[in-house]
Amino acid sequence: MAAADAVRAGRLRRALDSDLFYSFRRSPLTVVAAVVVLVIGLAALLAPWIAPTDPFDPSSLDLMDGKTPPLKPNEFTGHTFLLGTDDQGRDVFSAILYGARISLLVGFASVVVSMAIGIALGLLAGYRGGWVDSVIMRVADVQLTFPDLLVALMIFGIARGALPIAAQEHMAIPVLILSIGIAKWPQYARTVRGVTMVERGKDYVQAARVVGLPAGKIMRRHILPNVLGPVLVIATLGLSLAIITEATLSFLGVGVPPTSPSLGTLLRIGQEYIASGEWWILFFPAIALVAIALSVNLLGDWLRDALNPRLR
Amino acid sequence: MTIDRNAPPLLRVEDLARVFDVSKPWLARMIEREPRRFVKAVDGVSFSIAKGETFALVGESGSGKSTIARMVVGLIRPTRGRILFDNVDIADPGRTADVARLRRRFQMIFQDPFASLNPRFRVDAIIAEPLTAFGLMSDRAEIEARVADLLKLVRLDPADGRKYPHEFSGGQRQRIAIARALAANPEFIVCDEPTSALDVSVQAQVLNLMRDLQDEFGLTYLLITHNLAVVRHMADDVGVLYLGRLAEVAPTEELFARPRHPYTRMLLDAVPDLRPGGRPRRAITGEIPNPIDPPPGCTFHPRCPLADDRCRREAPGYTRDGGARVACHAVEEGRTETAPPAAFALA
Repeated sequence: MAAADAVRAGRLRRALDSDLFYSFRRSPLTVVAAVVVLVIGLAALLAPWIAPTDPFDPSSLDLMDGKTPPLKPNEFTGHTFLLGTDDQGRDVFSAILYGARISLLVGFASVVVSMAIGIALGLLAGYRGGWVDSVIMRVADVQLTFPDLLVALMIFGIARGALPIAAQEHMAIPVLILSIGIAKWPQYARTVRGVTMVERGKDYVQAARVVGLPAGKIMRRHILPNVLGPVLVIATLGLSLAIITEATLSFLGVGVPPTSPSLGTLLRIGQEYIASGEWWILFFPAIALVAIALSVNLLGDWLRDALNPRLR
Repeated sequence: MTIDRNAPPLLRVEDLARVFDVSKPWLARMIEREPRRFVKAVDGVSFSIAKGETFALVGESGSGKSTIARMVVGLIRPTRGRILFDNVDIADPGRTADVARLRRRFQMIFQDPFASLNPRFRVDAIIAEPLTAFGLMSDRAEIEARVADLLKLVRLDPADGRKYPHEFSGGQRQRIAIARALAANPEFIVCDEPTSALDVSVQAQVLNLMRDLQDEFGLTYLLITHNLAVVRHMADDVGVLYLGRLAEVAPTEELFARPRHPYTRMLLDAVPDLRPGGRPRRAITGEIPNPIDPPPGCTFHPRCPLADDRCRREAPGYTRDGGARVACHAVEEGRTETAPPAAFALA
């Protein structure tokens, strides 16, 4: 398929020539942030192959390895760990890789959930207007008066209560994703609604209506593509917030189960030992979390500026 | 082109009216103790268009011409009145099933070709949209062939279909919009100021294309415009709108030869006469009043040189005069100084 290859090559060339890529290359900070996100993302993705131990497998842990400082051999077993171990003898480096995996998974998935809800309701509110708009936006306003964390906690609590005990353990991550996702939809809905209201008034939408295209199709085919730019920006910025929210929930002990720790869980475990001198248990997971959140945020900031024609 | 005046009209609009609610939100209204406010954008408009004919609606900004256009194609619901397309009332909410079937037979061309084409669609996708939306074609090769034909029809290259709208000039874009309007083989096209967003140099090109297409396919046009030169070039009949009401409806030649309504005269007087020794141009005086509270009586009376007490009290009905229908007390009473052309006066 030479023709298809040519098309693909053309597309790649266009992408590399685009304004977006140009502004990306021109911003060293953004390039560094992208590299950090890429490295951590890949490391998290490939954790089972990279990590020296499996921190989720209790049988592989040796309590004798507990609280080994970084790069120093354990005084009983003689094992050395790159970033030390926690109280259970869990390798901190492996735990960070697996933890970042969960943090990123929950972050991405919850952003997808809030995006899906926010885009659907925002399109509906902006396109239909009238009482549909009023109802949806008032619900969003009410939800915005509560802190995201509180809403997520509440939804998490309700979901836990509704689930049978047996299902709680393996449903913990989906429930967490859903609660963070639902806690953050109003921001997407507001933005989407605004763009939709502008696009709805344009003649090309009227032209589609004259042709008798049903409202759902007009929203999907004509308005949705125009909405995606701004949504992508808040989604990127929202990703770091979602990761932090997940870490906060896990830190509070309501997130993922302690048997499969996320970065937040590691922080909770670590903070118990900070006063007794075992600083590495808290320090390295914290650095990893900051690195992810900061890099994603920087990418989001860059994307926002790059897509804003007024700043060009 | 000859028109059979006795043929049943393709489109008949009867007593069409649209009121817009421009009140502030409920809470603000309660606090400021304001009543609800309404704008009568269109009020009691009636006209009919025979098959193959072009009917022009002229008027200043705010006269309601675009509102009428949008009601005719079903983008806005009328508050009152009937819109009969081939004897089916397309404004009747009880007949949506019939209207959905009729929809294929009427189309619209919009004013601004920069806004009416989705910037994210390729031209071929834009033109193909009516075909798929009406379920006329689903076979890809068939659609491609049809789109290529349509592009040729509007004097564009079929290869242009792969481009995006921003790669075209205003006139080319308007021709793409025309191709889209023609895609589903409509009989009737509403043209909302099709040339007013274009450079003067390409206006004639687009208008001539529209006329050629009309001859070729027997199209019927409702032409919305504020440009009297366009009216003269294109229309068989003209309706002059003022504040949502028709001041005068007349065959084009008659309207230009013998304008009856004082407002029509004012519009024609404002057109410069470029012949040597031509009459001096008279500017239009006054502004169109705020339609939220229009003047009582005849809405034109504050600007009318012929206004008297009756005009200030009583809204005029229609008077038939030759081929024209005029809403004016002065015409009805014969008070107009029918400024006769010199030749006429000598005879």
